[in-house]
Amino acid sequence: MNRFEYARPATLAEAISAGAAEGSVFLAGGTNLMDLMKGGIARPAHLVDISRLPELDRIEHLDDGAVRIGALVRNADLAYDRDFAKRYPSVAEAILSGASAQLRNAATTAGNLLQRTRCAYFFDTASACNKRAPGTGCDARGGENRLHAVLGWSEHCIATHPSDFCVPLVALDAVVEIDGPAGQREVTLEAFHLLPGSTPERETVLVPGEIITGVRLPADAAGFAGHTRYLKVRERTSYAFAVASAAASLRLEGGVIVEARIALGGVALKPWRARAAEASLVGKPADASYFRAAAALALADATPSGGNAFKIELARRIVTRALGLAAAGTPDRVPALPASPFSGAAAHV
Amino acid sequence: MSLSIQLRINGTQRSIPLDDPRVTLLDLLRERLDLTGAKKGCDRGQCGACTVLVNGRRVNSCLALAVSLDGAEILTIEGVAQGDVLHPVQAAFIAHDGFQCGFCTPGQIMSAIGLIHEGQTDGDPERVREGMSGNLCRCGAYIGITEAVLEAERNMNDASRRDAA
Repeated sequence: MNRFEYARPATLAEAISAGAAEGSVFLAGGTNLMDLMKGGIARPAHLVDISRLPELDRIEHLDDGAVRIGALVRNADLAYDRDFAKRYPSVAEAILSGASAQLRNAATTAGNLLQRTRCAYFFDTASACNKRAPGTGCDARGGENRLHAVLGWSEHCIATHPSDFCVPLVALDAVVEIDGPAGQREVTLEAFHLLPGSTPERETVLVPGEIITGVRLPADAAGFAGHTRYLKVRERTSYAFAVASAAASLRLEGGVIVEARIALGGVALKPWRARAAEASLVGKPADASYFRAAAALALADATPSGGNAFKIELARRIVTRALGLAAAGTPDRVPALPASPFSGAAAHV
Repeated sequence: MSLSIQLRINGTQRSIPLDDPRVTLLDLLRERLDLTGAKKGCDRGQCGACTVLVNGRRVNSCLALAVSLDGAEILTIEGVAQGDVLHPVQAAFIAHDGFQCGFCTPGQIMSAIGLIHEGQTDGDPERVREGMSGNLCRCGAYIGITEAVLEAERNMNDASRRDAA
């Protein structure tokens, strides 16, 4: 780990000022940043510890029916908050399908959005990686890439965003609240993460000094609570990143779909909203044949970035199945292995 | 750069000078405070051998900077027994052969204590396995570990009911 100056500002304004300095990085839960620093991938000159900033660790139910998740709310605290999990069960399900209990106890809401890809070539400082060292190339292109992106990738970068949490958030129209040197602003989560293009080192819309203060779910997000699921497949049963995942939410009236939300994880460098697939379901009965057609639309633009063509068909099946699980109804309690296809889904509906 | 932090470790308040902000909680415990129960397995948050409780919650101590935890309460494996009386989770690990070589055991036990306090298992072995998935055991003692956690949870719940009565 490189040497750094450590500071723990007492206020948000001081944190923004400290974070704007060259070489500054914010520290919150640290579960990803410490790993990156130990590996020499992150080498901050100044570590600005924001883990105790006041008022950012609350879950607030707002007057207009929206909910604001403070940037420093720990993942476990959000998933186990009864009111939150009742209104946004697929978000709780996604959180609990990620990482381990120890990590979820430390990791924060904003940290989850800002976590870096787990591409092995990004982590290996001896490999070429345009994201870590712009202009050096991408060793993932000709390397072990069966888990890499099938949507939105470029010749410069084929990495994926590893978050589970972000997938139902983007499906439910989450908004990222930001404060910074130029004042407050907000941006949809869908627009927050950037696709790699020719600048994979630019991962989000944040500029130096800007800090996420919260993530807001609009009032209508709770309207899906009865029919919303997160389904994730991994290479082992627990404690692994998604090979592919999907969040599916439906609003049903008399068996007919009046609104659908679909997003995918593990397939692109951002949580991937599938709007054409959503639109195709409106007015249709909640039936598997329409779910398959919607899944085909969700992956219509997918292309392998290497030896990962299987992920396209896998993702189609995960979307189809997630829609079926959502249609069957949200279980009263998240299953022991959240939405695992091996845990006997029928037992949970 | 000179930094000083306060930690309550296993019930004892300690004032600890730090000459470098890079010291993790795990390295502080093992290398500077002679509390070598928490183990350094991967040092990257993947194996769980370094698990301790910080303010009552299980975390990977290898991923926490000590300086960031100023004022926190830390519980390590050295602090769970009452004199010669083992903690119920320790006793259950022995009763069920929840280990072989023992390297991962302090982390397993601290994680199990955290899991039981979280109160999410309902005595369901699948929920115990999922809840303990952040602790790897290369000897493969998982069957005994699951049985031990389930028994310890029953015993601790029975004891708390007796205390309440």
